[in-house]
Amino acid sequence: MNFDFSDEQKQMRDEARKFLSEQCPPKAVREVLDGKAPYDKSLWKGLAEMGFLGVAIPEQFGGAGAGHLELCVIAEEMGRALAPVPFSSTVYLAAEAILIAGSDAQKQKWLPKIASGDAIGTLALFEGKGNPSPKAVKVTANGGVLNGVKKPVADGAIADFAVVAARTGSSGRESDISLFIVDLKGAGVEVKPLTNIDLTRGQAEITFKDAKAEPLGAAGEGWSVITQVLDRAAVLTAFEQVGGADRALEMGRDYALDRIAFGRPIGSFQAVKHMLADMYVSATLARSNCYYGAWALSTNAGELPEAAAAARISATQAFQHCAKNNIQVHGGMGFTWEFDCHMYYRRANAVALGLGSLSYWEDALIDRMRKKNAA
Amino acid sequence: MNFDDTPQEAAFRAEAKAWIAANAPKQYEDELRKASLGRVALKGANILEVAKAWQKKKADAGWACLHWPKEYGGRGASPIERVIWQQEEGPFGRLSSMFIIGHGMCGPTMMAFAGEEQKRKYLPPLASGEKIWCQLFSEPAGGSDVAGLRTRAEKHGDEWVINGQKIWTSGAHYSDYGILLTRTDPDVAKHKGLTMFFLDMKSPGVEVRPIKQASGASDFNEVYFTDVRIPDTQRLGNVNDGWNVSLTTLMNERMSIGAGVATGFPELFDFCNSLMLEDGPAIENRAVRSKLANWAVKASGLKYTSMRAISALSRGERPGPENSIGKLVAGSMIQDVATYALDLQGAAGALSGPEDAEVAGKFQAMLLRAPGTRVEGGTDEIMRNIIAERVLGLPGDIRVDKDVPFNKIPTKGRA
Repeated sequence: MNFDFSDEQKQMRDEARKFLSEQCPPKAVREVLDGKAPYDKSLWKGLAEMGFLGVAIPEQFGGAGAGHLELCVIAEEMGRALAPVPFSSTVYLAAEAILIAGSDAQKQKWLPKIASGDAIGTLALFEGKGNPSPKAVKVTANGGVLNGVKKPVADGAIADFAVVAARTGSSGRESDISLFIVDLKGAGVEVKPLTNIDLTRGQAEITFKDAKAEPLGAAGEGWSVITQVLDRAAVLTAFEQVGGADRALEMGRDYALDRIAFGRPIGSFQAVKHMLADMYVSATLARSNCYYGAWALSTNAGELPEAAAAARISATQAFQHCAKNNIQVHGGMGFTWEFDCHMYYRRANAVALGLGSLSYWEDALIDRMRKKNAA
Repeated sequence: MNFDDTPQEAAFRAEAKAWIAANAPKQYEDELRKASLGRVALKGANILEVAKAWQKKKADAGWACLHWPKEYGGRGASPIERVIWQQEEGPFGRLSSMFIIGHGMCGPTMMAFAGEEQKRKYLPPLASGEKIWCQLFSEPAGGSDVAGLRTRAEKHGDEWVINGQKIWTSGAHYSDYGILLTRTDPDVAKHKGLTMFFLDMKSPGVEVRPIKQASGASDFNEVYFTDVRIPDTQRLGNVNDGWNVSLTTLMNERMSIGAGVATGFPELFDFCNSLMLEDGPAIENRAVRSKLANWAVKASGLKYTSMRAISALSRGERPGPENSIGKLVAGSMIQDVATYALDLQGAAGALSGPEDAEVAGKFQAMLLRAPGTRVEGGTDEIMRNIIAERVLGLPGDIRVDKDVPFNKIPTKGRA
């Protein structure tokens, strides 16, 4: 049994960490945080050159054809560095949707551009409050055009194209939903950036007025594809969350070792030690759940839906826990703009919502466990 | 990344599986499987006799204490083979509970510090379960602070005379031997005046009294020593070096890997699948589902943390520190799970008689046993200290009694 990444995969993680520590230090993240740029363009280009954007895209479509385990280790490093680029929208959502449902021509058109960093993609699913649900999809598709409003759309303001969930029927069933690819630079598309708690990652509102749309996958199969994409993205995002959790824990640990109060390092006080120990526990449980998710994702195992939900819940909790208590360990300094703690806190809480919130995944996990139990 | 055995591991597993299928006491399999938590009892059979018979059978065929050298009654197997054995032994492994301390702590201490003749004499019957050993460390005045113990050992010629009291000794009432940590010099700092021995529990002056626990059950004992004589040949390690000897004992305790820790989650999940609330099945209630999901990911997180440690063993490496979280997470989780299972039953949740209570009172028993789980073998607070210091590298506590002679350390709080 080897329930771990291979030496080659670990080496790739080290490479990604080295690359990101050079190309994506906190100073670079702050350029986006402070609103000087919508995302880090040179980092995006660099990620393409490293082959990271297309690591799980097959070679015939311009990718490295490595696989999803490799993508998991890179995701962890992206989360650790708080990389301010549309990696998750483009790679976990748009590319995965096209890989699952796209025609050969669509794959040929979009995947090489994703791998080379020439196209930013996203998934336009949500329409206001609420978790993923076919009932919540109101945007309509008729005669090859879309009408309606999607929000929030992650990285919507910088994306070149979106995979859009739209209503093509009114039976009240999942089969009412179909997917479309929309060129966001085309006619009938209005994009408005929205302010959100994570200032290093953009959100947008996208209004479609007779916007031209190309079907992605068979009509009525949209929700089934969305479910698969969300499961796959849940595992990959969970690795980002574990990377962020680990970094927040390290920051707290380092500060506790260096900061002196009452004549001793604050890390010698049990109140602080125990808080950090509990952060380690959360991060470790999450990492182990993520490894199981990675195994299920990379082997396309029947266990993937359950494993993805468990990884998502565990990693969401861990990142939120480590990010908030990292500020607590830092005390007043942790609440300043100058210290990086709040960037992790912002990311932890925003990324907790993007694929559906905790309650959505809790519900999904129990449903999936019940199904397995009944089988 | 995979869950597959290597060819050698697969061969070992097949051999173990075949031997267990042919030899295990299958008449008890159902009862052992259902006794998922707490004490194991068998209807119409003496658990101690059944356990000893199974252990002896294993020893005769070379399946006892797999990781021990052959000459001391083991198999000389690798750590991963030991884990595979545990996986295959399944519910029959519950019959090993009374041997865990002897095999996991006393045996390795004897192996490190006893003379060769003693090892050949005492270890094989310990491995085969013919003799049971206990560990006599904790005292009323030394729990988490075990080095604060007061049981005295004084040298008289070639013998040591022991006076004092131990507490929380698992299995002392059925043990044949024990390893005993004593104070031999009270005039030096507390860690520097301790000495380790092993002794025959039938020695004159040893008195074992069961402790009635808060749960009402009695799993542990107090052990009193009145002028008990131990020959100097049964000393383990140097005089006043007992602290280092005890660290060896504790470091050898790696039983948790592969064995799995009880969280109560599978029981709660089954319970919620069958329980009807006023407005429908419990498992369909949003609040119940949220609670279950949170515990589910802790249980799976522990399971896969253990798998990662096993993978390290399989590669021939030492497992990382991840496994230290198991007891800390499981201990408070099982308490919360039990509390919630009773909450779901309303007022009837207080009923604990097997005939009235849901699931034969399993959750009520779990609730009453749980406080002990969070204390025994290292309290939650000690476990957090260990993680903070050994894993995260944070400073140790400031120890005000470190350089004070033991007999000058205050013994009372408020006067």
